[in-house]
Amino acid sequence: MDDILRFRDDEAYEEPAVTLDSFFDQSNATAVRLEDGEDARQLIPYLDRLAMIEIGFSNFGDGRGYSAARILREHGYAGELRAQGDVLVDQLDFMRRCGFDSFAPEKPINAADAKKALARWEEVYQNAADGRKPIWSKRHG
Amino acid sequence: MYKYDNYDQKMVDTRVEEFRDQVERRIAGKITEQQFTPLRLKNGLYLQLHAYMLRVAIPYGTLNGEQMRMLAHIARKYDRDYGHFTTRQNIQYNWIKLEEAPDLLADLASVEMHAIQTSGNCIRNISSDQFAGAAADEVVDPRPYAELLRQWSSFHPEFNYLPRKFKFAVIASDEDRAAMRLHDIGIQIVKDGWDKVGARFYAGGGMGRTPMIAPLIRDFVPIEELISYSEAILRVYNRYGRRDNKYKARIKILVHEMGAEKFIEEVEAEFAHLQGQNIDAPAAELDRIIAHFDDPAYETGLSNDIDRSDPDFAVWLDQNVDAHKQPGYAIATISLKPLGGIPGDASSAQIDIMADLAEQYSFDECRVTHSQNIVLPHVRKADLYALWQRLDEAGLASPNLDLISDIIACPGLDYCSLANARSIPLAQKIAKRFADIDRQKELGELKLKISGCINACGHHHAGHIGILGVDRKGTENYQLLLGGSGAQDVSLAKITGPGFTEDGIVDAIETVTDVYVAARQDGERFVDTYRRLGMDPFKEALYG
Repeated sequence: MDDILRFRDDEAYEEPAVTLDSFFDQSNATAVRLEDGEDARQLIPYLDRLAMIEIGFSNFGDGRGYSAARILREHGYAGELRAQGDVLVDQLDFMRRCGFDSFAPEKPINAADAKKALARWEEVYQNAADGRKPIWSKRHG
Repeated sequence: MYKYDNYDQKMVDTRVEEFRDQVERRIAGKITEQQFTPLRLKNGLYLQLHAYMLRVAIPYGTLNGEQMRMLAHIARKYDRDYGHFTTRQNIQYNWIKLEEAPDLLADLASVEMHAIQTSGNCIRNISSDQFAGAAADEVVDPRPYAELLRQWSSFHPEFNYLPRKFKFAVIASDEDRAAMRLHDIGIQIVKDGWDKVGARFYAGGGMGRTPMIAPLIRDFVPIEELISYSEAILRVYNRYGRRDNKYKARIKILVHEMGAEKFIEEVEAEFAHLQGQNIDAPAAELDRIIAHFDDPAYETGLSNDIDRSDPDFAVWLDQNVDAHKQPGYAIATISLKPLGGIPGDASSAQIDIMADLAEQYSFDECRVTHSQNIVLPHVRKADLYALWQRLDEAGLASPNLDLISDIIACPGLDYCSLANARSIPLAQKIAKRFADIDRQKELGELKLKISGCINACGHHHAGHIGILGVDRKGTENYQLLLGGSGAQDVSLAKITGPGFTEDGIVDAIETVTDVYVAARQDGERFVDTYRRLGMDPFKEALYG
């Protein structure tokens, strides 16, 4: 668990996440894992009881997890949202913007590099899931 | 023209720093080439056959003189003294060194330019009508909407790892000068019966190995929801577009396999959801952008008379000059297709001259066209002759706009690592065969487009005459296609039959144009005669 980059104040969620199929079988699970192509909207009825949702990135070039993350946040999910797998420093900022707040990269990310990458963009052009004010909003008060 | 504010400037400056850092980490071996590839692509940097190629974005094809001059400076300083204007209104340089690329991007940023997302599986440069703001037939100037889309799509966190590249075109007139329906998303800005501006959306068009004409997805999206509707389409594509096969990953395959009706249903459901998510900028933001595109300070009371006494000038005037919405003004197109030249190429010196001419004669504005020419959009009719003389001196006065030698050609095997055949030498041979301008004018509007492989960067599917270079048992072979169009009469060209050698294809073009000349009825263009007669008489003449 040491290699997890986390941007939350609550206790880290320690239990392993169950697969989507097992989740529907086990009504008491509080953590679930979505693979690349799995439909995040299936979780919408259960968001209140989930403490952690992990989204797997089998390959950094497969961007379906970005949509999954935003959809979950847009539907009000407030628990931990973790990106796991082929998660690299140059994608961290986009992932944060889409609502991920913890990262379990397969290969550890240098903490200083991560900090630098996440601090780089002071301004953003879009509203996304991170609550940052887009440039158009700043332009018009 | 749009002018960056401090926010826009900061975004491009930050991008330069970020890329400098990424290049340093790559050179230091901290990231692998595989990890670096999508990062450099998103800054327009490709590895080609001989060197790195860098593609610079020219949003909606609009430039001022200072920016144009910077393009010349870059060609001089970082490349071999020339650049290549592309079918997506961009410019490419073919001989770039990786370690110099960050400095090049910094130079671009100093004149409000960039190479952001000019490659990679993300939303690419937004293209538009090269006559925007000057055309008599437009509903509004389409560029403010393209600029709004540019800002939204730049560094979009959700859409930087799409299944495949994604191209928008935005127009605002019924005449389509931007091949709008051959884009992933084609938007026509329209007005409804109450004079309200909105966007008509087409989605799932494209060329490549599986050409498709985009179907209509929604007739009218209120303009204040332009972005959220675009976002809905992109999200449906990002989630459901195929990722198992690179060649089936474009949105056109998704729309085709899902069916337009089901696709629309998905988009509408996503749109309904996103409407509650505060995606769209307020109307004041669009108003702010629109103000940047106000008409220049046209003089009034100018004469419409043009002195045609110089016959060479008159030929150019008739062919390369279009009507302007403002009395006394005209739109002049500079052909980058001189006899024996490389379609779309311009030397640093020529780019500098075009920059000067834009400043002197066209309110400091020029445009790049999807057929790889340059437009001076606002020229006083009284200045046309002086302009033409300057162009003529610079070798830029070819009077062949929309004629058979105004060829679109991809870089082909001379540069590109994907190509199967050369495009440039073939374009040169065809232009030479039809060198006589009177003969070209006699053939009338004839859009000839050459691609050196099935990826179709030379738009051969959309050519009245299209040529596709293939590799046939180790030798270059050229297939002939007829009947395509990228304009409002959009259609996909069909293959005539077996391919030809390099010399054979030049003869074959002459054969089909002979069929046309013999069979045409009054006022018919080549493509009209083809549509009336069908393929048979052409096939008969070609293969006997």
